[in-house]
Amino acid sequence: MYTDLVMDHFSNPRNVGEIEDADGVGQIGNPVCGDVMRISIDVEDDRIADVKFKTFGCGAAVATSSMVTEMVKGKTLAEAAEISNKAVAEALGGLPPNKMHCSNLAADALHLAIQDYLTRAGREAEVPLILAALPKGHEHSSP
Amino acid sequence: MKSVYFDHAATTPVDPRVLAQMLPYFCERYGNPSEIHRLGREARTAVEVARAQVAAGLGAGEKEIVFTAGGTEADNLALIGYLQRFEPGHFIISAIEHPAVMEPARALNRLGWAVDFIPVDGDGVIDVGAYEQAFRDDTRLASVMYANNVVGTIQPIAELARIAHEKGAAFHTDAVQAVGSVPIDVGALGVDMLSLSGHKIYGPKGIGALYVKRGTRLTPMLHGGGHERRLRSGTENVPGIVGLGAALELAQAEMSTVGPRLEALRDHLARGVLESVPDVRYLGHPTARLPGNVSFTVRYIEGESMLLQLDTHGFMVSSGSACASGSLEPSHVILALGLGAEEAHGSLRLSLGRENTEAEADAFIQVFPPIVEKLRQMSPLYVKG
Ligand SMILES: Cc1ncc(COP(=O)(O)O)c(C=O)c1O
Ligand code: FES
Repeated sequence: MYTDLVMDHFSNPRNVGEIEDADGVGQIGNPVCGDVMRISIDVEDDRIADVKFKTFGCGAAVATSSMVTEMVKGKTLAEAAEISNKAVAEALGGLPPNKMHCSNLAADALHLAIQDYLTRAGREAEVPLILAALPKGHEHSSP
Repeated sequence: MKSVYFDHAATTPVDPRVLAQMLPYFCERYGNPSEIHRLGREARTAVEVARAQVAAGLGAGEKEIVFTAGGTEADNLALIGYLQRFEPGHFIISAIEHPAVMEPARALNRLGWAVDFIPVDGDGVIDVGAYEQAFRDDTRLASVMYANNVVGTIQPIAELARIAHEKGAAFHTDAVQAVGSVPIDVGALGVDMLSLSGHKIYGPKGIGALYVKRGTRLTPMLHGGGHERRLRSGTENVPGIVGLGAALELAQAEMSTVGPRLEALRDHLARGVLESVPDVRYLGHPTARLPGNVSFTVRYIEGESMLLQLDTHGFMVSSGSACASGSLEPSHVILALGLGAEEAHGSLRLSLGRENTEAEADAFIQVFPPIVEKLRQMSPLYVKG
């Protein structure tokens, strides 16, 4: 049911862990299925210099977390903010329909980490500009 | 990589000895049992021999066995076929039934039947007091599974059947997981109906049977040529029926040697896991459980990810986690034991079968702790103590 790329990211996840004294941390939980994802970032010159994740969830949740960290490393905050849930799923070669919601977790946790960074840096005003689509409560679509 | 199959509660391989008995009924003895000529008579004989084998395996009479297309159909026939004869009233099932009982119960509920779901204790044993209290004047049927497919707990069926009869209701048990693994005698149990399935006992998929005690009246669900004493129309699945009979006869013959061996293997695996991984909770009853069932939850990590990691190491197991279920709900069985959703997410089931060895169990005990550690390192819920 999973693509080889999903299985690769699941079996050998990239960037697992937690950045100590991170510049921004985003955590999101899925209330229905009870999964939790936490992404921490370090930011230099408005670029994501380092990123790590921790995930409690299924194979798709782990793989999307791993993939999103790969996708954003070195990106500007604005570029990172544009990464959508769909883009993460596509980068993995697709997810089974009943696992699409897991990909929401990864991009949303990332966006929350960026928001956290901006807030801490006293740049709340930029949050709406950079993040058009901050997660509004977690929607859970059943297959 | 060598693969190890620990998922016998999901399905079993067809035993080659069973297959050998089935094969002639595809291309050589392909007759329709309803026909009078030689090929028809040969097929009829094969069906009736299998019926006698199944009856013998349950301590039943041959006329009390109805062949169905599997356990699901047997359960549906028991609930719907039995209750359809009455004006809608009330019936009782346990909270941990398989969907094959749970869903027909819900369907009957939508047709106007009241239903009570009787809770279980932390070991998965039905609350007999609550069960007894649930009966009403218009209770027609109680259905409680013999052994649970997730945690393996075996219920006090004889007692439950006796109570149902005292209250004037009939009693059905879904024994799909129990038949072939533990000795069953319908007379001693006192049940009115009992379901079984071929593919859980080294027989083929898509064949099962319902034991219907003499005098128990059912309305058929499939109407047609009146096969199976009018209870299940449709030309008989002769190779499947032959396979079911052969599989049950074989399981009966080997039960006294296979059963104790599986129990020892089960307890060895359970001990190995509990001793090598912290924060694991064993699920189900410690002793009143299926010989091949090892069920537990692992804190801080999720079942599907454990299952996939084990799969990449060659071990095939099952999980009751929400993520593994497809429905995105954790197993209702594990929630019914009183576990929280987070713990239910970490559930794993190993179900052993007669071809499993101690070397395979030892290999699992070697491979499993590092997998748990790896996933825990990845978990935001895990704080190493
Ligand atoms: C307890 C129980 N009842 C019913 C069934 C359904 O049987 P079948 O797959 O033959 O329809 C199963 C297995 O899937 C089961 O474990
Ligand atoms: S995290 Fe639960 S289904 Fe993916």
